[in-house]
Amino acid sequence: MTTVVSKDLQLKLNEAIGLSCEISEDAFGVLNMELPVNQIFGVVLFLYRDEEFGFNFLTDICGVHYPQLKGRELCVVYHLQSMQRRCRLRIKVYVPLEKPEIPTLCGIYGSANWMERETYDFYGIQFVGHPNLRRILNMDEMTEFPMRKEFPLEDPNREDKMDYQFGR
Amino acid sequence: MPSKIHVAEAPEGIAGQGFFATSLDAVVGLARKNSIWPLPFATSCCGIEFMSTMSSHYDLARFGSERLSFTPRQADLLMVMGTIAKKMAPVLRQVYEQMAEPKWVIAVGACASSGGIFDTYSVLQGIDRVIPVDVYVPGCPPRPEQIIEGVMRIQDLIGKESVRRRDSEEYKQLMEAYFIK
Repeated sequence: MTTVVSKDLQLKLNEAIGLSCEISEDAFGVLNMELPVNQIFGVVLFLYRDEEFGFNFLTDICGVHYPQLKGRELCVVYHLQSMQRRCRLRIKVYVPLEKPEIPTLCGIYGSANWMERETYDFYGIQFVGHPNLRRILNMDEMTEFPMRKEFPLEDPNREDKMDYQFGR
Repeated sequence: MPSKIHVAEAPEGIAGQGFFATSLDAVVGLARKNSIWPLPFATSCCGIEFMSTMSSHYDLARFGSERLSFTPRQADLLMVMGTIAKKMAPVLRQVYEQMAEPKWVIAVGACASSGGIFDTYSVLQGIDRVIPVDVYVPGCPPRPEQIIEGVMRIQDLIGKESVRRRDSEEYKQLMEAYFIK
């Protein structure tokens, strides 16, 4: 599904930096695009500085783990919002599990600092150039990245914490 | 008009004209149990129930627990109410260690007692993994009546506790088991 906004954005990116990526729009009017790792910083900086769009607000950064996608297991999802065009953009960047490195956006958005720390905390994604990349929510002594799908599910035959004991 | 003031009953002893003889344990126990000063360590919903317990309708102050302190200074009873994450465990332990003897601990609600429904890598599965606990209050969250019941069980324990218990070998071993000096 393409709309006026997504076409505008696509044209702009095409003309300005020669980026020919597919921009789609979901049912909620959020624009979607996927970028390679080496382009994320430049494209976001361009969108941030752009006169017409000016994606001046970083809503969220989060991670996803797709164990079935070989060579692109981890994904960083950026949610940007343009206050003046009133549109939202979701950028996905896939990185391999062996070398989950991606440039930091701290130089563009100050709020990226904590969000990237959280993403590192739960997925182990290394944000290269981050001023203080350490855990933010979990304990510092922790060695694993808990949101990765690397852990066995709970034993279904446990009896010590049944639902009825909690009124469920 | 009959007075509504309730006076604690005298301990068992021998009374005669002009004297009353009883054991030191009983007198100290009576004094301690009717003036428990709690330290509320409230992290979640059980803490809200505790606020209700402290306020006018349930009025925990009737039990001599008028003075709540958010400092270990002068506190006798550590009331742990709510989910304790593993990251919070060292803090809880430090608060416990900073309290002066004699001290008691009550775990209010499913989370403090056993981790509750939060069967997760990040949640401590019961505070008795890091500090000794005297009374567990079940419930998720427990009603104020249940919290009061827990406090009354603590009162029973305190009233019957020997003055020398904290110096006993058994108590020292308990503390060593938790690596508390």
